[in-house]
Amino acid sequence: MKREPKGQGSVYEECLELDGAGPNGVRPWGERRSPLRFDRRQFLQLVGGGIVVCFSLSDSLALQEGERRRGMGRALPQDFNAFLRIGEDGRVSGFTGKVEYGQGVITSLAQMLAEELDVPLESVDMTMGDTGLCPWDQGTFGSMTTRIFGPAFRAAAAEAKAVLVELAAEQLQVPKERLKTKAGVVYEEAGQKKVTYAELAQGKKILRHLKGAAVKTPADFALVGKPVSRRDAREKVTGQAKYAGDVKEPGLLHARILRPPAHGAKLIRADTSGAREIEGVQIIEDGELIAVLHPYPDLAERALANIKAQYDRPAPTVDDKTIFDHLLKVAAQGATVAEGGNLAEGRNTAHQVLDQTYLNSYVSHAPIETHAALAKIEGNKATLWASTQTPFALRDAAAALLGLPAQNVRVITPYIGGAFGGKSNNQQALEAVRLAKLAGKPVQVVWTRAEEFFYDTFRPAAVVKIQAGVTESGLISFWDYGVYFAGERGAAQFYNIPHHRTVAYGSGWTAAPGSHPFATGPWRAPGNNTNSFARESHIDMLAAKAGMDPVEFRLKNLKDERMRRVLQAAARKFGWSAAKTPSQRGYGVACGTDANSYVAHMAEVAVDKNTGNVRVKWVVCAQEMGLCVNPEGARLQMEGAITMGLGYALSEEVRFQGGEILDSNFDTYTIPRFSWLPEIETVILDAKDSPPQGGGEPPIICVGAVIANAVFDATGARLLQLPMTPERVKDALSRI
Amino acid sequence: MKETIGFSLNGKPVSFEVDPDRILLWVLRYDLGLTGTKYGCGEGLCGACTVIVDGKAVRSCLLQVKAVAGKAVTTIEGLAKNGELHPLQKAFVEQDALQCGYCTPGMIMHAYSLLLNTPRPTRSQIIEHMDGNLCRCGAHKRIIQAIQTAAKEP
Repeated sequence: MKREPKGQGSVYEECLELDGAGPNGVRPWGERRSPLRFDRRQFLQLVGGGIVVCFSLSDSLALQEGERRRGMGRALPQDFNAFLRIGEDGRVSGFTGKVEYGQGVITSLAQMLAEELDVPLESVDMTMGDTGLCPWDQGTFGSMTTRIFGPAFRAAAAEAKAVLVELAAEQLQVPKERLKTKAGVVYEEAGQKKVTYAELAQGKKILRHLKGAAVKTPADFALVGKPVSRRDAREKVTGQAKYAGDVKEPGLLHARILRPPAHGAKLIRADTSGAREIEGVQIIEDGELIAVLHPYPDLAERALANIKAQYDRPAPTVDDKTIFDHLLKVAAQGATVAEGGNLAEGRNTAHQVLDQTYLNSYVSHAPIETHAALAKIEGNKATLWASTQTPFALRDAAAALLGLPAQNVRVITPYIGGAFGGKSNNQQALEAVRLAKLAGKPVQVVWTRAEEFFYDTFRPAAVVKIQAGVTESGLISFWDYGVYFAGERGAAQFYNIPHHRTVAYGSGWTAAPGSHPFATGPWRAPGNNTNSFARESHIDMLAAKAGMDPVEFRLKNLKDERMRRVLQAAARKFGWSAAKTPSQRGYGVACGTDANSYVAHMAEVAVDKNTGNVRVKWVVCAQEMGLCVNPEGARLQMEGAITMGLGYALSEEVRFQGGEILDSNFDTYTIPRFSWLPEIETVILDAKDSPPQGGGEPPIICVGAVIANAVFDATGARLLQLPMTPERVKDALSRI
Repeated sequence: MKETIGFSLNGKPVSFEVDPDRILLWVLRYDLGLTGTKYGCGEGLCGACTVIVDGKAVRSCLLQVKAVAGKAVTTIEGLAKNGELHPLQKAFVEQDALQCGYCTPGMIMHAYSLLLNTPRPTRSQIIEHMDGNLCRCGAHKRIIQAIQTAAKEP
């Protein structure tokens, strides 16, 4: 995956020396707010010559728009934060702080470069998430790589091609208007003259910022929009792909850390004498941090088991049953997300009113790769290998911990074994840093599955309260929506409702201390799974109250053309025929928006009324995601999101008593398995003239709602709480 | 406490001094340098650590190294021959039957054990056999397709 710039060794090493070089010193990837200052000649020396195009995310209008809309008001990077290079061998290298955790951007980003540059895909290399080689990046999350980083990346490639054509015009003595490019060659359209990119890059040291070379229009695409298989597959099927836990360093020690039995528990005393009996063990005791280090992880584990520790545990105040009342009690003041019309007027025109409360449990990210990191400290420099979605944030945190300048710390991100929002905190890597410092040797921390469940930043439990009404003719007359602890993502409704208000109580995954008994964080499409479950369940119930088919009811209340088109595409694929619910067919529908993409799901379920077990037989997902760069990659994400979504819909919830997490492995915390797999059909709507939008998160947001609605259609039982466990299904059946 | 333990590893004999109670997964990964076999749960619940011992799939996170003395152990690194991918590996690549790739070695090894004994499995046999192997990215649909494709290879 990594290919370092030719000839100069590590850019990082060079940077360290140059950083102290005074006002003109090179620090090409400075801090976010640092002024533009770098010397082009020196920078080119660092990256090894050739043709280099630097660009910044701020070159992407999409980002500016996004930041403005979110009201973040943060300064954008002043200098560039990614670049690409055409080397003297003609190979194209893209350098970006984005990381690959399975979502497939290592393929789609290379595809974008190859398209704009007119080079074969095979000649593109991506270097990702290495803070020593790649300029600053905020992190990889929020389905932002393609839609926000992508346009700037494409523009840079177009700029590089413009440089190549200029050089070729000079060398071939042909006006550039008469030159074309194809497969890494600039050629005379009506003549014999031609020159390769490699020949053009030979001996050149050219540095260019974006000047505005035009990118291709979709009609000219040869590669973008075509399905391309994963470029990392061969490494991954042979066991050669390296993850953070696979990295080795001479003298490496494996750490196992003494953990409390519950969040909030305080260590009273620990007897480490038993651990010392294991040959080769090194014990670290530093305040509350007690760890055993050993050249072999299984012997570190054995040593840890020999430590006797006593903790003072606070009495539990909440558990997974009482949490919802607690959350409503401590909820922050509401902030209006969206509103229009006059709710009182809407209530007056309602023929029927429906008031309902929806609950959503804590859910774990549960990537199969647990958090892992290796830290090596040499003198005043540190190198980290970590499974992280935020390598630059980790670099800064590690530097602060060690009292070193940020540029003395290099974070290398190998392949990541799943993230889903859960690998942004970097606790494991900072533990490795601290232990490496104390031990004076490289230290690897690989969390056990129990540690993974204990320190996971769970998707927060949440409550949604909705009151809404329909008129006699089946129009939604008002919509009064309050979401507690899930946040506003996906909260604002998109139906044509004259009188509506959406209020978010608390900002989402971050909440005031005392809200959640443990850490919470972003989980694939944060907030939107909760909001879409509540909204689409409620819409379905309004349709039933109006005596209408749920698809017809939605279309009757939808003006948004993108949503109508997606919903109709799903209905065509599914072969939906209108019927009032519950029709006994077990069909469900739900739709939503996320990361500026539109999705509609349809599903068929069978419910075993004796056991309460729900079997999802078939799911159709239609998605409009603007220009789809790699339809194969997008389909993988859609299939994956639907399969993963079955878990939060049917089985996944973290059980706890106070700060004690009762689920510590996959025996009690059940994630989707092969035997759960429904037929999955995906439809990607053609929208290639619109900018690309998110694809990794949108297809998961409706999975809870579409199954809940299908269960209602099958049985007449309405599930108001996720997950829809067999017990909850039986309970709902008993209430019909 | 250490003993000399010998077994066949990916077709080649190995013999070394080791505490016989140590766990095969970690011996493979650290003593023998084969990091393709992954740690996922440590309790035999996810299948990321699956290797083949004498033709059967086993969870190496639960197995002491002494249990494989004198036996034949195959890991993901032992499937390709002379750079030529095994039909299962080829099919996983062609079908894009992976995302993050972390569960992939265990998936392939577990499927390999199925094809050893049942060269032409039905779809339901594949699902039943693979049900204990977990994938969080949701590549299940493609993994089943890949196993079906590999099973059709002559």
